[in-house]
Amino acid sequence: MSTSHNNDTSVSGTFEVPDLTSNAAMTKFLFGLPGVDKVGLEERAASLGTRSIKNSAKAEGIDLAISMIDLTTLEGMDTRGKVRSLCAKACRPDPMDATVPQVAAVCVYGDMVGHAKEALGNAPINVAAVATAFPSGRASRRVKLMDVQDAVSLGADEIDMVIDRGAWHEGRYLDVFEEIVAVKEVCGDAHLKVILETGELKTYDNVRRASWLAMLAGADFIKTSTGKIAPAATPAVTLLMLQAVRDFHRQTGTVIGMKPAGGIRTTKDAMKYLVLVKETLGDRWLTPDLFRFGASSLLNDLLMQRQKLSTGAYSGPDYVTVD
Amino acid sequence: MSESLDVNRTAKLFIGGKFPRSESARSFEVHDQEGNFLANASLASRKDGRDAVVAARSAFSAWSSATAYNRGQVMYRVAEIMQGRRDQFIAEVSAWSSIEEATIEVDAAINRWVWYAGWTDKLSMVTGSNNPVAEPFFNFSIPEPTGVVAGFALSDSPLLGLVEMIAAAIVSGNTVVVVASDRTPLPAVSLAEVIATSDVPGGVVNILTGYAKEIAPWLASHMDVNGIDLSGIGDSELAVELERSSAQNLKRVLRPNTHLDGLSRVKMWLETKTVWHPRGY
Repeated sequence: MSTSHNNDTSVSGTFEVPDLTSNAAMTKFLFGLPGVDKVGLEERAASLGTRSIKNSAKAEGIDLAISMIDLTTLEGMDTRGKVRSLCAKACRPDPMDATVPQVAAVCVYGDMVGHAKEALGNAPINVAAVATAFPSGRASRRVKLMDVQDAVSLGADEIDMVIDRGAWHEGRYLDVFEEIVAVKEVCGDAHLKVILETGELKTYDNVRRASWLAMLAGADFIKTSTGKIAPAATPAVTLLMLQAVRDFHRQTGTVIGMKPAGGIRTTKDAMKYLVLVKETLGDRWLTPDLFRFGASSLLNDLLMQRQKLSTGAYSGPDYVTVD
Repeated sequence: MSESLDVNRTAKLFIGGKFPRSESARSFEVHDQEGNFLANASLASRKDGRDAVVAARSAFSAWSSATAYNRGQVMYRVAEIMQGRRDQFIAEVSAWSSIEEATIEVDAAINRWVWYAGWTDKLSMVTGSNNPVAEPFFNFSIPEPTGVVAGFALSDSPLLGLVEMIAAAIVSGNTVVVVASDRTPLPAVSLAEVIATSDVPGGVVNILTGYAKEIAPWLASHMDVNGIDLSGIGDSELAVELERSSAQNLKRVLRPNTHLDGLSRVKMWLETKTVWHPRGY
């Protein structure tokens, strides 16, 4: 591993909360954050991805990853039946093996929240709803807040909102900020995950700025992507956001969660992300309360790897559910 | 005139239509009959076997649902390219036999491809049937491919044996993972190059070079392999172990020391689907 290249540009020094009512002050604050060393960031993310995790450590990692999954279905063709079967899978991921842990949450569109709640019953699994005109975020503030209100009143435990990327690229950072604040207020007790849609933010500098803006605005989690835009979660962008979470914690004492979503399909990928968390934030964040995977097909690969570890024979797609 | 450079080929694996080195980064030496060094070949590991099965599985749906006509055309194309490389194959096979024997083997291998290619659109007529039933149903049985078939090649027939193993399986829409003989792997590597340039979709044929003893147990116990061709396994103790682990998911097993060829070999990798269709009177 290369140690000569230190990309880890922490946000240090005295932290001053910017004037949260002025776009100029907000802009100044965001542009005052240290620039991201692209080469260093990608190299560090890649080098942390080369760790070899075997046997008992791998078994633990697989179970931890399963317990961190937000099992997701976000398709136009989602039906109540699809949501019900997703919930059944969330409760009992591997029908042949009761020792597999349950996932953290199911993630659905707002109109499916009621069906998901009903299907999950008393199981300790949260229902997360995407809201604010997901995935584009192109609707009026009023409609977005109603979207959130609707999901919350149906019983959503978590809300995944998207930021207004249009406003972001126009430089209206205060609007983006105020929208998150307004959504947070409507959420009430529901946890708020703020999706930055890093694929549309274009630069690492933007990702760092948006992470800070979301955390200042009251996000409980920051999340990489909707899964509808490529590139979605990458190790580098996740590492960068994890560093933002760490720096924010150091500066303010506030603990924020992180959720990479989209494009994480294999056990190998999941293990790499867990290494990133461990090395950047430490063991405290290695819990479903503070780290989640937004995924659908990842679960099947984790189950197949789990079967391989317990039986010694390679498994196949015939031995996991078809989603 | 300048002398041309001596460009040596690196013998690699063939997985999913690509030519990777072994993930284990190992290789082994290949020698001819007199013990002279011929080349280094990639030494496949169990993980290469696993990757090959994943490639074969993902290629299965498209290959098995391609029309018989299309599969026949593609397979005929393989024979065409083999014909173009006839001299190369003869030179490679003759490292372990005389030129005369090698010529006979290579010509037979090319003919065999063409022979199998002809079967794609005839199989369902010959192996399927209309069944007389005493009910108002139209009852018929049609053959369907088994799925992913793994096989281990014989060393004393480096090309013909391999062709037999591969062609008999893919003709009906199966996809294959074949481990070439560790003594005579070079014709297999050339065959992989032929297949890669013959419109055979990536993943339909996967060829590994290495030791069957190392890879076979993993393929035999693999739950996503549906058939296993053990005809090239000489070691009887290993064969017993492989048959045993193949039983776990009820693989079709072509047993060691069985000599099947032609249509009976094709039938080895077929499932029969019987349909009862109401006649309405």
